[in-house]
Order: sequence, then structure tokens, then C-alpha cells
Amino acid sequence: MKRFAVALGYIIAATALSPASGQAEPAEVIYKLYCVQCHGTAGTGQGINQTAGGLAVSARDHASAVQMSKLADDEIRLAIAKGGDAVQKSELMPPWGKVLTGKEIDDLVVYLRKLCQCVVAK
Amino acid sequence: MTLNQLLKAAWGGLTLIIAMAGEATALDGKAIFAEKCASCHNVTGPAPTTLQGVLQRKAPDLFYAGSKFKREWLVRWIQSPTPIRPSGVMFLNHLVTKDGKDSINKETVKLCSSKLSAPDAEAVADYLTTLKDSKMRVGVVDRGKKFSTSRAVQLFTKQYPCIGCHTVKIRNKEAGGVSGPPLTDAGDRLNPDWVYARIENPQYWDPKTWMPKIDLSHEKRETLTLFVVSPK
Repeated sequence: MKRFAVALGYIIAATALSPASGQAEPAEVIYKLYCVQCHGTAGTGQGINQTAGGLAVSARDHASAVQMSKLADDEIRLAIAKGGDAVQKSELMPPWGKVLTGKEIDDLVVYLRKLCQCVVAK
Repeated sequence: MTLNQLLKAAWGGLTLIIAMAGEATALDGKAIFAEKCASCHNVTGPAPTTLQGVLQRKAPDLFYAGSKFKREWLVRWIQSPTPIRPSGVMFLNHLVTKDGKDSINKETVKLCSSKLSAPDAEAVADYLTTLKDSKMRVGVVDRGKKFSTSRAVQLFTKQYPCIGCHTVKIRNKEAGGVSGPPLTDAGDRLNPDWVYARIENPQYWDPKTWMPKIDLSHEKRETLTLFVVSPK
């Protein structure tokens, strides 16, 4: 009985405020919804939070081949999933790993490579 | 019929008429809401689950308004709506891009066009306060609890990205981004328990919100909540 109560407790804890599931979206939609607010429609790092003066550290220019070719795909993946802090950058870049799936993050990396029209410099 | 009986009958009739009149004038907040507010606000849920749905949302969801808002604030705001979000309900609907830089087109950001009388506002607020989320824990945050403002500011602006999207007042100066609602008057507007629950799991309330879900300790979440709802 006690075991049952504990198990029930876990179930309740797990279901309390569990996220309502949003549908999976393609990378350009993900970028619009989560990234554009800071990185901008053109990906130049000039989103409304940047232009309104909300960001003490500039958002990265995703359209810059010079900047983006310095980053390996794994580093980009880590920055998206765990936030700027995980790659020794600004904490203003949030971690999105609790919102996006691994597949969505992988797709975003491919999308970012299209935006910068670049690959990682060897 | 004696005089006494006549008086009793007359009194009975009178009280019946008063009761009926009272019934007829008691305002039905739900009906007023349906007429004046329901064309923009969702009171049945669920929240949109696609970007398309998010872009089509005309006004904030109110199906958990009773958990989210303070009644006194609702009564005031419904009588005289003022802009809350400078970037509109969804910032993507109001972007203009020039030379690679985004800004908000203020002309397309529309203010709520309904303005209700004081009695109607009271009735609608009564109705909205019944729309509670059954799973949200209440009594989690004690508004009177002391907290360190400097630690809260550190959390809000440095350790976590809150300030990137939300404008707050720090040392009498407004600062912060604009893609999320300003929190300068959040203490008047929002229930502390809801602020706590929103930080805990933004996607529970709105699956396609552009606010990140970040794991925080209870103490950090509580400190952030107290900071957000504290008078500025």
C-alpha cells in the first residue's frame, strides 16, 4: 500500500503542470518563434530585444559567415540546448533544450548553416 | 379579509416584485463577456499548438484568468484598457525590418476596443475570477516574504535571460527587452502564485510561447517571483 502511495505520488508529481504538447514545427518556424525576438528576422542579431536596448551583450549575427564559421555544429547545438553559459557566452542566450526536441535542434543547426551560407572552418 | 391580512398580502407582493427586479438587474458577467470580449479572447482553451495558431491569436488567453489576474486590476483595466504589451499580443505580427534591423510598427498594435461601465466591469471580473486552473498550486508564494533585491536583480539580469525580453524597473530606471510583456506593474496585475507557476513551466500555460523553460530551484523561482510582483 505504501509503495502504491509512493508510486501514485510520483505520477502526480510528474503530471503536475506538465507542458501541453505543441506540434513539431520545421526549422524556419522554430527560428521565427524563438530566435527572431533577439537574432532578428534577417538573422543579423538585430531583433527587437536588441534594437530596443534589452540586451547588454549583442545577439550573434547568424548571417555572418565570418562569425559562424568559427563555430562547430556541436558547439551550436550545445548553445541552443543548454544556453550561452554552456559555451562560455552570455547567459542572455536561454537554454532551449526543455522546449525543443533533439531533432528540432539538429534541424536548426542545418538552418543556421543556410543563413550564414557557411561551414565550420577547419 | 382583515386589514392585517391585506397588509400581509401587499407586503408579500411587494417583496416578490423587489426580488424579481433584483434578479433582472443582477449583471451576468458571462453574458457581457460573450457580447463584448469573446470575439478576441479565448475563455475555453486550449491555447494554440502551432505557430499559425499563435499568429492568429487576437488577445491574451483568459481561460485561466482567475488564476492569473488580480480581480481589482481586472475591474480597473476593463473600464479603461491601457496598452500592456508594446509589441502587441505577438511581436511577429508587428515587425518591420529595415537594413537588417527589426523594430515594432506601433501603428499595427491595437488596443482592446471594448470599454465597459463600472458595474459591467465588476460583473465580468467576477466571471473571469471563476476561470481557474485546477492544477496550479496556490499559497506557494508569500508576497510579504523578505527577499534580497540585489540577488533578485542578479538572477533576473545576469544569471538568467529574463531581462532580454521583459522590461522591469531597476533602481527607478526601466530596462529590458520588449518581446515579452513588461513587468513594471506586474504586482498590480498578476497573482504571485501564477507568476511562480509561469516561470516553472511556461509551456504548460501556452505550448508555443517564446519564453524558455528553465529548471530553477524553488528558492530562485520564489526570489524572481517576489521581485517581479514587488512594488517598483
